[in-house]
Amino acid sequence: MTDKKQQKKDNKGIFLRLSKYVLEQWKLFLPAVVITLLSNQLSLMGPMYSGRAIDAIEGARGVSFPLVWDNVIKMIVCYVAAAVLSYGLAVIMVRLSQRIIYKMRKQVFEKLNTLPVGYFDRNATGDIISHISYDIDTINATLSHDLIQVMTSLYTVIGSIAFMWQISRPMLLIFAITVPVSICFTRYRSKKVRPLFRARSKKYGELNGFAEEMLSGGRTIEAYGRAKVISERFNARNDEAMGAYYKAEYQAAMLFPAINLVNNISLSLVAVFGGILYMLSQNGTVLATSAFFISLGGVAQFVQYSRKFAGPINEFSNILHEFQSAFSAAERVFRVLDEEPEAPDAEDAKAYNDVKGRVEIDDVSFSYTEDKPILKNVSVKAHKGQTIAIVGPTGAGKTTVINLLMRFYDPDEGVIRMDGENAMRLKRDDLRRAFTMVLQDTWLFHGTVYDNIVYGKENASKEQVYSAAKAAKIHDFIESLPQGYDTLLSDDGVNISKGQKQLITIARAFLSDAPLLILDEATSNVDSKTEKQIQAAMTALMKDRTCFVIAHRLSTIQNAACILVIRDGRIIEQGTHDELLGKGGFYSSLYNSQYS
Amino acid sequence: MKRILKYLAPFKKRLTVGFIIKVTGTVAELFIPFLLTYILDNVIETEKIGSIVFYGVLMAICALVAAVGNIVANRMAAKTTMLFSTKMRKELFNKTIGLSASATDSYTIPSLESRITSDTYNVQNFIGMMQRLGVRAPILLLGGAVITMVMDSALSLVMLATMPFIFAVVYGISRKGVPLYTKVQKSVDGMVRVVREDIQGIRVIKALSKGDYENRRYDKVNAQLCREETKAGVIMGIVNPVMTMLMNLGIVAVVAVAAFRVSKGTSTPATVIAFMQYFTLVSMAMMSLSRMFVMYTKCAASANRIAEVIETPSDFKTVPDDGKGDKDALVAFENVSFSYFGKRDNLTNISFSLRAGESLGIIGATGSGKSTFIKLLIRFYDPDSGIIRINGKDIRSYTKDELCRFYGVVLQNDFIYADTIEENIRFGRDISREQIEKAAKIAQAHGFITEISEGYGYKLSAGGTNLSGGQRQRLLIARALAANAPILILDDSSSALDYKTDANLRTALKTELSGTTSITVAQRVSSVKSCDKIFVLEDGKVIGFGTHRELMENCPEYKEISDSQMGGAFLD
Repeated sequence: MTDKKQQKKDNKGIFLRLSKYVLEQWKLFLPAVVITLLSNQLSLMGPMYSGRAIDAIEGARGVSFPLVWDNVIKMIVCYVAAAVLSYGLAVIMVRLSQRIIYKMRKQVFEKLNTLPVGYFDRNATGDIISHISYDIDTINATLSHDLIQVMTSLYTVIGSIAFMWQISRPMLLIFAITVPVSICFTRYRSKKVRPLFRARSKKYGELNGFAEEMLSGGRTIEAYGRAKVISERFNARNDEAMGAYYKAEYQAAMLFPAINLVNNISLSLVAVFGGILYMLSQNGTVLATSAFFISLGGVAQFVQYSRKFAGPINEFSNILHEFQSAFSAAERVFRVLDEEPEAPDAEDAKAYNDVKGRVEIDDVSFSYTEDKPILKNVSVKAHKGQTIAIVGPTGAGKTTVINLLMRFYDPDEGVIRMDGENAMRLKRDDLRRAFTMVLQDTWLFHGTVYDNIVYGKENASKEQVYSAAKAAKIHDFIESLPQGYDTLLSDDGVNISKGQKQLITIARAFLSDAPLLILDEATSNVDSKTEKQIQAAMTALMKDRTCFVIAHRLSTIQNAACILVIRDGRIIEQGTHDELLGKGGFYSSLYNSQYS
Repeated sequence: MKRILKYLAPFKKRLTVGFIIKVTGTVAELFIPFLLTYILDNVIETEKIGSIVFYGVLMAICALVAAVGNIVANRMAAKTTMLFSTKMRKELFNKTIGLSASATDSYTIPSLESRITSDTYNVQNFIGMMQRLGVRAPILLLGGAVITMVMDSALSLVMLATMPFIFAVVYGISRKGVPLYTKVQKSVDGMVRVVREDIQGIRVIKALSKGDYENRRYDKVNAQLCREETKAGVIMGIVNPVMTMLMNLGIVAVVAVAAFRVSKGTSTPATVIAFMQYFTLVSMAMMSLSRMFVMYTKCAASANRIAEVIETPSDFKTVPDDGKGDKDALVAFENVSFSYFGKRDNLTNISFSLRAGESLGIIGATGSGKSTFIKLLIRFYDPDSGIIRINGKDIRSYTKDELCRFYGVVLQNDFIYADTIEENIRFGRDISREQIEKAAKIAQAHGFITEISEGYGYKLSAGGTNLSGGQRQRLLIARALAANAPILILDDSSSALDYKTDANLRTALKTELSGTTSITVAQRVSSVKSCDKIFVLEDGKVIGFGTHRELMENCPEYKEISDSQMGGAFLD
């Protein structure tokens, strides 16, 4: 399929998908349509009555006041009613668009939580955020304002044609020529402009991504005095994004005046022909019974309707511009919604609630990118309650083992078995729930200290939370905070050190009763004195649990049932502490290096 | 809003030219109904087809002038908008990235982010719209008023009588609108924050199967945002119908008054018809004004949020040096105390001095004030009391740039961005490839970098997630070393290194950079034991100061830490 055809198909797809959102809200949409019809009917009737009033003013026997008053009152009723209806419509449309936007944002967010971890490794945070904020906002602007405008326009156009048809059929022929010209031109231009708007959305996303990334690094940038350089880089991206904006706007700028031109030319044609017909009607060349006959009021009405008719078409071409932005934005939103989620659980996936704690990694190989193998044929068995320690130089693939155990990624080859069952055949949520995890990269969310600790177990009692914090030796610190456990935390907060954050996440783990435990450099930022103090609690945590530990501290590792020494993705040594020291291999050289 | 409109000032010329072109086009457009009236009123009566056609062609020419004028002016407007918003966003970002730690904290990153993105787009949209429609509408309005005034001043006065009502409505609602949209943008901040946290914590969320919980958390902010937007929309929705209604009632009044005037012979039916034409024009202008007005309210709310950041006073103030410092000491703290919350000192009465080439180690429990110490030294915060000096001069007497040049820093939670390894080490400084490689070698990073097939050109992901923790730390150390800054600050930056690498690193630092003064914060005694001076911190106070040997003898806390580590031993 050619690109053009594909694009056409995509456009249609986006349009259909957007329409679906609208149609789903038929309870609001239907009344909106009805009210639109009514209020437009009313505002179309306004000029009709004013035309009649003018005819009454112009009457052969002078002004016919009763007729004028009659029409004036009708006009007032029409216009007031139209205003009430159109406000009602505005309210309905705000609600309609908000419901749709609410749903879209919800869908995108919920989608994000189903995506594999790899998606977040590949895409800039700010770019992802801009889908849910900027892109959806753009759609919102179109839905809340332009959708109704289009509906109004459509109705006004049809209504105007009907009225003009009644007044003078021959003059309507003018529009039979000019309208198709407008349509063709619009279609031609849209095709040209569309990719430009797409490029614009993309550049905005990149700009947002860059801004987010750099804001996250604010303190480092300050420490190095790099603000100027970073700003220059931002400026380059800003220039690019604004260049894309300009390109799109430059081309789009033509649409509205051009359509307006066609309309104005139609109007001048209407004037010329209307004038001639009126003249001929006046001097009797055209008989009152003829279709060509027209009164001055008739000409005036026709002109008014043709302007009413032209107005929406102008407006429509103007809106088309915004539709282009909205379409590009919708395209980006839908792309997220269409993103491949984590492979769903197999249909016959088993629940994994009765966890014994036997874990077997069998001949597993894995690579993040094809050319860079990370793990090669790794095999290890952990019995219930055993601690498996993983050591090795940085970058050897230790954390990758954790990623595979948690099924953040799936192995390229080999099998991981939980209690003898292939992990791939277990329900992923159950599998993950079986683990408690403390990572080196701590994560806290914006919420109270209490909420952050209780995150691992929502139904924990206050006492449990306090005793977890006490066990993690963070209770005193929390109590010293301005609002104690109710102090608001955020991940970027400077008032809490990395070590303290780590202790909070350890407290979080203490609350959990998952039978399997992962400690990935869990105490790397905790000083050794504190670490010693929490050791008893850690030991209690590890008791009866199958543990996977990545750590520097030998105290944790020493008692491990099995120590895996990983280097360059392979297990080069395996055994207990004493066995490995006895071997005099890589482990013992690492071990001895601390004394050198 | 005013503050933001200032960014338009440099484009006055362009704006003026665009304005003139737009006015020309608009006036040409205004002539069209005028000609129409003329044809109906005067030309038709002459019963000359030739002159009817002539005026028809004249109308077409006006239409053409209008179209060309509008296209040119719209394009110029697009350019002005581009230049304007480039400038505004640039200024905002520059200011934002230079905000102090405490200012950033009080705004919060998600809010700053949504100001740079969502708010600047709101303003940009408005500025673009204003130029495209904002010129047209008032001119149509004004022109319409003037022409009708000439045609029949009494009738036009009737129509103009509606204006005060319209302005009253607009004014009343705009006073409500700005705070409403300010609230909307605030809710946007809240939503951005949850999304951002969710993305950053995706592993933990998945591990704890907290997807539903996060969805609920998001649902709250999402619903909140929708509520605020609905509220704003419902209020702002009043403008258009009321405006249109008032205009329409105006025309009703015109018809009624016209009836009297025509019967008295002071006006003609044709004038009334012309009036209708201008009315349609004017009411369309009013429609687009009301639309702009809604956008203005939104824009004003956003502009205020932008201005708020731009106008944040710099809390990096320089003060003259008191000249009392010891010139021989490279770094000196004199009775420095500091507290984050003012509730309890995070650092109390710290004093010491360090000569060039000496090394300082800082050790202490989590939360003892080690990182706070570093933050004061690099002036993220100013001490509540006491003075910090470099080369004898108060650090507050240096400019930001001067001060930065003293330091090579690795912070906790340090920052790696999506770019090549080389660029991450260079960090936008003027540093040669040789220097980068040299720094990487000392930082024990050269080895793993050259093992990657792309080497120094290897593209890192945001946050360096495609490196291991230890690799990231070594890269950051290389960054700190690359500029040969006189003071090297390592805040717990070898925690993820295995012992061997850490030892190699320390040896390399000693031999290759013997002239550099280093300040090392660490958990491990082995990382600081070779330092010339070591601090032991506890609850923000110095409880031990001296060399490793001295401390082992007279600081029981230090000895305890050391023993626990030597006895228990570390291993990677």
